[in-house]
Amino acid sequence: MDKIRIINLTVLYGEQPSLQSINLSIPEKRITGIMGPSNSGKSTLLRILNRLTDLIPTILIRGRVLLDEEDILLPKCDVNSLRARVGMVFAKPIPLPRTIYENLTFGPRIHGVKDKYLLDQRVEESLRAAILWDEVKDRLFESALKLSGGQQQRLCLARTLAMQSEVILLDEPTSGLDPISTAKVEEALRNLKKDYTIILVSNNTKQIARISDKVAFFLLGELIEVGPPEQLFTNPTEKRTEDYVSGRFG
Amino acid sequence: MILLNAPGRQTLMKILLWILTGSTIGILIFIIVFIFYHGLPQLTWTFLSANPADMGRSGGIFATIVSTLYLIIIALAFATPLGLGTAIYLTEYTHEGLMTRLIRFGTECLAGIPSIILGLFGFAIFVMAFGWGWSLLSGGLALSVMLLPTIIRTSEESILAVPQEYREVAYSLGVGKWRTITLVVLPSALPGIATGLVLSIARSIGETAVIIFTAGSSLRFPNSIFESGRTMAVHFYILAREGISMPMAYGTAAILVLLILVINMSAYLIMRRFIKKYT
Repeated sequence: MDKIRIINLTVLYGEQPSLQSINLSIPEKRITGIMGPSNSGKSTLLRILNRLTDLIPTILIRGRVLLDEEDILLPKCDVNSLRARVGMVFAKPIPLPRTIYENLTFGPRIHGVKDKYLLDQRVEESLRAAILWDEVKDRLFESALKLSGGQQQRLCLARTLAMQSEVILLDEPTSGLDPISTAKVEEALRNLKKDYTIILVSNNTKQIARISDKVAFFLLGELIEVGPPEQLFTNPTEKRTEDYVSGRFG
Repeated sequence: MILLNAPGRQTLMKILLWILTGSTIGILIFIIVFIFYHGLPQLTWTFLSANPADMGRSGGIFATIVSTLYLIIIALAFATPLGLGTAIYLTEYTHEGLMTRLIRFGTECLAGIPSIILGLFGFAIFVMAFGWGWSLLSGGLALSVMLLPTIIRTSEESILAVPQEYREVAYSLGVGKWRTITLVVLPSALPGIATGLVLSIARSIGETAVIIFTAGSSLRFPNSIFESGRTMAVHFYILAREGISMPMAYGTAAILVLLILVINMSAYLIMRRFIKKYT
């Protein structure tokens, strides 16, 4: 089952296209890894999936992006409920300057969850799923900014989970983290894929190889190759993929 | 200087800078001590709680304290929504361009208008054209015009200082634009906005030119905002200018200075607690 289907997507931003005629399907409840050097358009693609690209006034988007067979690029699509379904974790951990508890309940409250018991439950569940519960359960009402960088990033993951979204977008989520924190995030993601469709953008090819079920390789706005990790990492059909995964550029 | 070696020059410069800084602080301390030396002996409970009598020669200054508070409240009640709204519009709802530059240029010009001119404007519009006469309402509105540039500028700066990422996080959680502004951006910008408001209060307390023209200088206790009233600063000005009573003038000045110190310090303390809670 494909959760998302991207059909002939072209994105123009400034002079040259940042994405060119992309066709890609994202399987449900799997981890899809998107790799490529900087400027390859992978972050732009991610931001289209929750329409954060709306913030860029001069961007031009053509093509279709179907989430459960509904086009999210159409004007009639409600952006706020789309973003509630498609959560996002950014490269830099950005907790809001509030308590841990408030960070996690902010989204659900906006979307109408008022019941204290339900909120408490979501806080605990999402923190457990992000492998952070044991570290913070005694200080839920302290500022989230007091957490370490690795904890903050897992908090950001938990914040997305607390929304009970269907898709999680991760934009180089471990780029600023130490190996131990990175391992915890990866472990959390592996456990989460039974409930969520996950799209992981990363510069780190080893990470993509470790946890992805499907891999797409982008270069300068083009989708060069897509397939299972075994294919892209051991037997790529494209010379450019081989050069990239073997570390000849990137 | 040329005759000195490098460490010698360092020491000389250090001493020089120390003297310059010391003088600045010294001037401030001198003013405060001078005012308190002359003013504090006047401070009694009657001075604070009784209304002025015999043109201000005797009695207290209670009516002027009340008038001052009225004016501050009226001025802020008008200037805060206008200024904050303008700042939000400029920062969140427009893209940098000719329009924003024009608006900004306009507010800068407004800031440059001498307060006595604003007083005249308030007199022509609120007192005469609107027919409100010399009243606390006219005075408060004229004062709010004077405060607008400060409030816009400080609010704008503190809103711009809120990391763009906070907005992205809120949007990515499906929070709409307006709620992102009210629930995420403004709380983070609050310390800066509040600093601007406190500055405005301090300026309102000390202002005379705008107020004499618009609120008049009636010494009676103001029963409504449609009556004329005399603020502490105006009272001080008239007492000293017309040689009515120097001791009473100093007493009023001491209260003014005390009030500004207390407002600044409490604002500082509140802000520190606020920042501590969230960071």
